[in-house]
Amino acid sequence: MIRFDNVTKTFKKAPVLAGVSLDIQLGERIALIGSNGAGKTTLIRCLLGEYTYGGEVAIDGKAPRAHRADVLGKVGFVPQLPPPLKMPVGQLVGFAAAVCKSDPQRIHAIAQRLGLDVESIAARPFNRLSGGMKQKLLIAIALGRDAQVLVMDEPAANLDPEARHIFFQLLAERQENCTMIISSHRLDEVAALVNRVIEMDMGKVVLDDRVADDSGMDALLDCHVDLRRADPAIAKALEGWGFVPRNEGLSWHGQVAGPDRLRFLGMVSRYVGLLTRIDMKEVTGVTLQ
Amino acid sequence: MQTLWLTAKLDIVESLRARWFLIYSLVFGGIVALLFAFGLTESRVLGFIGLSRLLVTYIQLAMAILPIFVLITTVRSVAGDREAGVFEYLLSLPVGLAAWFWGKFLGRYVTIFLPVFVAMLGAVLWALLKGIEVPWGMFVYYTALLAAMGWCFLGIGMFISTLARSTDVAQGTAFMVWLFMLVFLDLILLGVLIQGQVSPETVIGIALANPLQVFRTAALALFDPQLIVLGPSAYVILDTFGVTGYKVYALAYPVLLGSGAAFAGFLTFRKTDLP
Repeated sequence: MIRFDNVTKTFKKAPVLAGVSLDIQLGERIALIGSNGAGKTTLIRCLLGEYTYGGEVAIDGKAPRAHRADVLGKVGFVPQLPPPLKMPVGQLVGFAAAVCKSDPQRIHAIAQRLGLDVESIAARPFNRLSGGMKQKLLIAIALGRDAQVLVMDEPAANLDPEARHIFFQLLAERQENCTMIISSHRLDEVAALVNRVIEMDMGKVVLDDRVADDSGMDALLDCHVDLRRADPAIAKALEGWGFVPRNEGLSWHGQVAGPDRLRFLGMVSRYVGLLTRIDMKEVTGVTLQ
Repeated sequence: MQTLWLTAKLDIVESLRARWFLIYSLVFGGIVALLFAFGLTESRVLGFIGLSRLLVTYIQLAMAILPIFVLITTVRSVAGDREAGVFEYLLSLPVGLAAWFWGKFLGRYVTIFLPVFVAMLGAVLWALLKGIEVPWGMFVYYTALLAAMGWCFLGIGMFISTLARSTDVAQGTAFMVWLFMLVFLDLILLGVLIQGQVSPETVIGIALANPLQVFRTAALALFDPQLIVLGPSAYVILDTFGVTGYKVYALAYPVLLGSGAAFAGFLTFRKTDLP
């Protein structure tokens, strides 16, 4: 579906992409990882037809630069940093829906599921929204149409745990008929969302590997944490994940979205000396509380 | 075509909320208000009285500040949008590059021309209300002249924006372009003529190629049809064009220059990296 054939890109004689070749099939969910300057953003911009490049990039056989309207009509993009647009939210949604030949109500419905009521903020300038609201709106715009390719740069970075879980559910609903490319600095942020990992360094693909994806993206984990003693630092961290204390802060209970399990364990591991027990059990048909 | 209008509308909405637009509108609205406040319509200079006196002063002031205002605000916002990631996001949507570029051009044109025109229209309406005679011919030609000037410098501004990769470079270049045109205004050209270092034909050729000078001469021609203040250069200009011919040239040349610059900008934009 997506093909990069010996793609090169140079900025002021410095090679940023040094002959990247990749074949990506429909339904693949790719973690594009690498440190700053590895070439992730440049590769994404080549895919979006925003950069000129050497070699070939094609989505369904068409070059994104030459067939912008055709190709980009199939691509939903969520940037890492929201653009500082001054236009009202309603105007942005209307524009995006019109050029993508979608219905603004579809975007509203996705935003609603993420906990954002577009109607009530329609007149507010986009740049005056909070970081989380901007992110939810950009996700809603990307998902509120028939995109076959989703390109997302740290898409869940500004979302609260509940919105993250709904976001993962929205991705799960699309995983059969959509290709996803999720860019991140860290694999643990996106590991559970993907079934293929591509690592870049110095403009080259240095790792291209498959990942076991037995757990669904919409899975939910019932979690229980017991502590040796009550501690304000871990209490604050667990409250951030929506956990509820029991037994004077010695036990904590809550739910974690399946794809967030690695992040959660990463957080808990900082307080490993305090842990006496940790229990995670996958549940189905339950929504995050 | 629909995408072009959508982009133009989007740019207008963005501009109306930008600080530069507020300052820009206040400057031109303020000039007219000040000219009225200082009783310019009641004063008589060189036979000019009423609204014609105000319009003559207004166009002279507009000519001094409009080009640099248009150049700086255009390059600042276009290059600034690119730097801030606005292009990265909006150009990830299925918008054709031609529709995007020309939509942005049209949207911006509306926002730069509207305050200048509305200020002048406000002056006319005020004059009608106060029973001051309105020189309609002068009003229509000045409107056309300002429209042509806005188009010309917007085209140049868009061209600079597509070439420069950062806001600072774009701003510096825009300022240099304006300064370059300012250097070749009539007074300096007269100095060159007096020194006799270049042939008169070259000097007059430069004056006719410099859009700032073209506007200046056209504005002068409205209250000084024989262009007496220009001295011997007037003979060449009037012999070549005639009064009407020069008026037409003063509208057509800047529009063509602006369109050419904008088109060159579009070709560059289409060929280079977008964000």
